[in-house]
Amino acid sequence: MLKLSEPIYNALRKHGEETYPHECCGVLLGRSHDGVNEVADAVRAGNTRTDSAHNRYHIAPQELVRIQRQGRERGLDIVGFYHSHPDHPAQWSKTDFAEAHWLGCSYVITAVEKGVAKQTNSFLLTGTTEEGKSFEDEVIQVEELVAERC
Amino acid sequence: MKIFIPTPLRVYVNKQDAVQVNANTVGEALSALTSQHPDLKKHLYSDEGKLRAFVNVYLNDEDVRYLPEKEATQVKEEDSLSIIPSIAGGCQPHGR
Repeated sequence: MLKLSEPIYNALRKHGEETYPHECCGVLLGRSHDGVNEVADAVRAGNTRTDSAHNRYHIAPQELVRIQRQGRERGLDIVGFYHSHPDHPAQWSKTDFAEAHWLGCSYVITAVEKGVAKQTNSFLLTGTTEEGKSFEDEVIQVEELVAERC
Repeated sequence: MKIFIPTPLRVYVNKQDAVQVNANTVGEALSALTSQHPDLKKHLYSDEGKLRAFVNVYLNDEDVRYLPEKEATQVKEEDSLSIIPSIAGGCQPHGR
């Protein structure tokens, strides 16, 4: 299961709308426990595939090093990634699968149709080796933030 | 020096997010890491003994692949290595 707050869920979807017709991408920071990837923050990342941004994304490893360091300072781990599919279903592609290597992490995909975010799905990359990996559909639990009474 | 371990590989290093090793070069640091934690080796290296293409190793903020000395680059105690699997993908025009 992927657990995240409504503001974070909305933010990663909005990112896809802003970058349309190009794919957006970002990193999910949080904690993993008992089969749940719980997201504390979604960090936008740059898409280095400027040659084919309408159907490809790539996050520079140097940026991941920086985001991982920032997460570490906050006591957070990388628990997943998100990207968008402009005018394409929110389903992982052969390319998404071939390029997925973070076993145990959640891969979140948002379909953005004509600039409007539609379906958002999450897929857990399971397996213990690169050769034995597979994507499993994952439930997304979106939690409303409730304002505390003063 | 410290080697930061990505979340997918922590199960092979007793769930630590970083491993401390003694080394004079990047290559020695990685050897020390896989000596301490042998199960890690097949996840980092191909059968030919080369780093797998999707495994990026950063010395502080620099990709080891592009350093002049590559894995022979000397390191200091205060340096750190980060192992970062690639992240990429994208939709395709037809099918899954």
